[in-house]
Amino acid sequence: MKQMQCPLNGWRNIQEFAHGGEVVDEPDPNRCTDAEWAEYIFMEDNKAGLVKEWWCHVATAYWFIAERDTVKDEIVRTYDPSELFKERRDYTRPEALEGKS
Amino acid sequence: MPFGLIKYGLSSSYPGKRFLSAQPDLKSSYDVVIIGGGGHGLATAYHLARYHGIRNVAVFEKGYIGGGNTGRNTAIIRSNYLTPEGVAFYEESVSLYRQLSNELDYNILYSERGHFTLAHTDSAMRTSRWRAEVNKHLGVDSELVYRDDLARLIPQLNLSEDVRYPVLGALYHPPGAIARHDAVAWGYAGRATELGVEIHQGTTVTDIEVTDGRVTGVVTDRGTVACGTAVQAVAGMSSEVARLAGIKLPIRTIPLQACVSQPMKPSLDPIIVSGSLHVYISQSDRGEFVMGGSTDPYPRYQTTSSLDFIEGLMSHVLELLPHLSEVQILRQWAGMTDMTPDFAPVMGETPVENYYIDAGWGTWGFKATPVCGKRMAELLATRRVPSLIAPFRLSRFEDFSLVGEKGAASVGH
Ligand SMILES: Cc1cc2nc3c(=O)[nH]c(=O)nc-3n(C[C@H](O)[C@H](O)[C@H](O)COP(=O)(O)OP(=O)(O)OC[C@H]3O[C@@H](n4cnc5c(N)ncnc54)[C@H](O)[C@@H]3O)c2cc1C
Repeated sequence: MKQMQCPLNGWRNIQEFAHGGEVVDEPDPNRCTDAEWAEYIFMEDNKAGLVKEWWCHVATAYWFIAERDTVKDEIVRTYDPSELFKERRDYTRPEALEGKS
Repeated sequence: MPFGLIKYGLSSSYPGKRFLSAQPDLKSSYDVVIIGGGGHGLATAYHLARYHGIRNVAVFEKGYIGGGNTGRNTAIIRSNYLTPEGVAFYEESVSLYRQLSNELDYNILYSERGHFTLAHTDSAMRTSRWRAEVNKHLGVDSELVYRDDLARLIPQLNLSEDVRYPVLGALYHPPGAIARHDAVAWGYAGRATELGVEIHQGTTVTDIEVTDGRVTGVVTDRGTVACGTAVQAVAGMSSEVARLAGIKLPIRTIPLQACVSQPMKPSLDPIIVSGSLHVYISQSDRGEFVMGGSTDPYPRYQTTSSLDFIEGLMSHVLELLPHLSEVQILRQWAGMTDMTPDFAPVMGETPVENYYIDAGWGTWGFKATPVCGKRMAELLATRRVPSLIAPFRLSRFEDFSLVGEKGAASVGH
């Protein structure tokens, strides 16, 4: 049985995890063009080789990052998202939209 | 015939005709380069040569023809999809398949069996009714059937209420069929080469030269060729090949596994699919039960088989057909499928002017082989997008015009 090391729960069977997709920067939905938003939603690098992805340990609803090789099916490294994301996203209303709710 | 056979056996030179002519060296230039020698690429080559008089065509195949998903699929052919765009498109493919053995003068063992998509929940019954109505409206033979019909039409089916997901009814599609998948690739390849198409097996495309938004050359491990137009039909490798031309796709490469049992006497006529149980099963002409389910849980460029898959699949197969419990599994394998978010293909033009794409076939593209060949060839020859494939354009992902086929394509393929 294939296993993956969850940064929170240690080694667990791969079935306990859900694949969440590539780690990509979310464009600012208030400022980006429709094309940029569409690219963010639908397009994939889908690389044969090393990828950086979101994964979730389903039983504990814990999201983390895994780097793995899609050709060898090897998990290279897993870590808490705080390694990549140092601050929370800003969800306050942008000035341009002030007053138009 | 017997004399011919004896003569052949006693001859020292074995005068048998080669099915594919020997590979010449690459020419410096072709009118059309087709990347990928699966059914889709080969059918496109055949249609270009046969119906559009375009014969200066090369097919580059990394391995051997049909060695990709064309030779790995479970060969289910049907047109009972959900969206009007999908139904019209797949219906043209079914009508081409029906006469394909004649067209290619090569027996593809096309076998109409009837196709049942079992419904185990209220919502599945509702979707089945929806599909049946869309199908009938477009002239496709498709009907919602109930438990008493199923007891009569598939006597082996376990209709007990005492199981995890009792069967409530099914979408019945009498024209649902299976065929010999390799024969489809061989038939198209054989006829295309007779018409002058070059098929280069063991030839990998490693780069695509693009200048000012146009493809000028295709680089292979056997040399570089110039081309008027190029088209890619490489299934699981779609994103990697498109990247060579600077194109990004809405595709994930995810393995799909399948297996066959030991051969048994003919005992299961129809094709049975259950979306809720994630299984489908049919019996091939040589008696093997052909079984499969949903894709692997995460993307990979790999074709390894897993015990998890076979265990999960069998527990569900045996819930539907308990009499198969003593039957042995003979083979298991996987293919790399190119999955799109809306379970519809990506066909037609790309941001590169003379570069075309036939991708996003995921787990459902074998049945589309003839229509893809016909319509991609028309596109390459006329440079106009045929209306039948227009809804599947890559640019639908820029203007959010998706073609939602998940309800009809996910496990049913
Ligand atoms: C297990 C399984 C079951 C399936 N069941 C069904 C089914 O029941 N019904 C159905 O309709 N569909 C089914 N499918 C899907 C179907 O098999 C595919 O969608 C279809 O065969 C795709 O055909 P193709 O010609 O586009 O690709 P392929 O047959 O995969 O051909 C692509 C070719 O491109 C070649 N290639 C890749 N990269 C390069 C390169 N750089 N240079 C040169 N050549 C390259 C590959 O070697 C390959 O031969 C199934 C798929 C799988 C894996």
